[in-house]
Amino acid sequence: MQHIISIALVLLVSIVSFLSAEIIGYKVVALLLLVTVSLLAMLFDILPVLIAAVLSALIWNFFFIPPLFTFHINDTEDVLLFLMYFLIALLNGVLTFKIRQAENKARDKEEKENTIKLYNTLLNSLSHEMRTPLSTIIGAIDTLKENRNTLSAENKDDLFSAIDIASMRLNRQVENLLNMNRLETGMLRLKKDWCDLNELIFSVIQKFTETDNHHKIIFAPDENLPLLKLDAGLIEQVFHNLIHNATQYTPENSIISIDATLQSDSCVISISDNGKGLPESEIQFLFDKFYRLPNSKTGGTGLGLSIAKGFTEAHNGKIVAENNKQGGAIFTVTIPAETSFINNLKNE
Amino acid sequence: MSKAEILIIDDEPQIRKLLAINLESNGYKVLQASTGKEGIILSASHPPDLILLDIGLPDKNGHEVLKELRSWYNKAIIILSVQDNETDIISSLDNGATDYLTKPFRIGELLARIRAAIRRNNTDENKTTATFSDLKIDFTARTVSKSNTVLKLTSTEYNLLSLFARNEGRVLTHQFILKEIWGIAYQTETQYLRVFVGTLRKKIEDNPNQSKHIITASGVGYRFI
Repeated sequence: MQHIISIALVLLVSIVSFLSAEIIGYKVVALLLLVTVSLLAMLFDILPVLIAAVLSALIWNFFFIPPLFTFHINDTEDVLLFLMYFLIALLNGVLTFKIRQAENKARDKEEKENTIKLYNTLLNSLSHEMRTPLSTIIGAIDTLKENRNTLSAENKDDLFSAIDIASMRLNRQVENLLNMNRLETGMLRLKKDWCDLNELIFSVIQKFTETDNHHKIIFAPDENLPLLKLDAGLIEQVFHNLIHNATQYTPENSIISIDATLQSDSCVISISDNGKGLPESEIQFLFDKFYRLPNSKTGGTGLGLSIAKGFTEAHNGKIVAENNKQGGAIFTVTIPAETSFINNLKNE
Repeated sequence: MSKAEILIIDDEPQIRKLLAINLESNGYKVLQASTGKEGIILSASHPPDLILLDIGLPDKNGHEVLKELRSWYNKAIIILSVQDNETDIISSLDNGATDYLTKPFRIGELLARIRAAIRRNNTDENKTTATFSDLKIDFTARTVSKSNTVLKLTSTEYNLLSLFARNEGRVLTHQFILKEIWGIAYQTETQYLRVFVGTLRKKIEDNPNQSKHIITASGVGYRFI
């Protein structure tokens, strides 16, 4: 393709030049052809450019340098001009090609460095975030094994629940990593199906009420909400991460309220809390990968919100974090979705 | 009643040990196999009441083991999988798995699934009534009562409930339910299913938002207990 375009462009410029050769003179034609070759060199690979260079040199010689329609050149000056044209055209092609190669190499290197940087951050964060719960588990098990007969029942219970919490935390980290990987590698394919958003939200809330009794989660469903076509698994993860985030950054006994409505062709879900709210200057970074608020307590990798954002955007939706006027933080997820009101469904 | 026998087919010795300890302490008799081949031979010579099958076996693909088992074994098979892969889960249910659990799972959850699946083994296909805690279904009279009050169900709601009730403890995929209730042409019309599960829940559940009978298996289907 590049070859054909190169040849076509050289021919086109030659024909136009040939028709106006009397006005512009054959030396200017050489410059026009050189510009053409230079342009091609900026866009194309080396081979089509060299072909264009040779072809334009021959055309210039044959059709423009007197005597016309021969490759013979009488004038010494014209011979020199022709040789120089040939050289400049070739050099032009080769040099531009080299510059582009160097640029590509630099870009590759930069990309590689960025990837390495990302992996380093990941590994650092990982080794810390995974080793902390692992040390809890190993430590608690050692204690239980070595003091089997001396530990009080209460201490044993404490150790068991420490192991429990630490392993759930590990499991969450692994899940976050897998999800991040799905987003990063572009392996995310949406499996949309009709889903009952209220049911989905209740099932997420249930997971929290079973394990976390320190927060009150309130959800008053809108019974008239239609069915929505969404990837239920991903949306569940979005809500899970947002609610989990709220439980991590609000004091115990805080209230987390969830609201789900339909606004024109989008479902809008907000998750708000009555905690201390978000530091205004940090809001813009909240959804960045590995970003965590300064002074965050340990136990997170800074992936939860960026996954929530990624999954929302995979649905062409958006997610906004802000402070509520009445205090506390509010995260709003807006997702455009096909709706289905089957009111006239035959139910007999 | 004699102890129910459970065969564990899993290549991880730790997982087998953990499961065996828990199952034995809950009154089950446990058999163990570390490969698909061993599991098939063991279950053929001595059919257990339930098989826990790890889908990620090293020697044979778990799906193949499942198909081979299903060619003659008709009691409960619960799939254990590390991957939360809906397509994988749906295909194992299509191949005859009764239920599935994704690792890591809670032992309490496993025991509940095992109880439901074994209860299902022991039910008579031609039974005329079925009871699920407060819910009572009379298949001959086509009536349903909750805490001794007769419920008004539409014909579709009744058909759906009766399909669930005849398959208690088993995960039914969306496609399967749609095909059974509405016919082959409706296999992808999941919105019908959502609506009728919704109306049915309002009638049979104490709290429709926290179902005790019709349990959602997200992205896969429903399980009735």
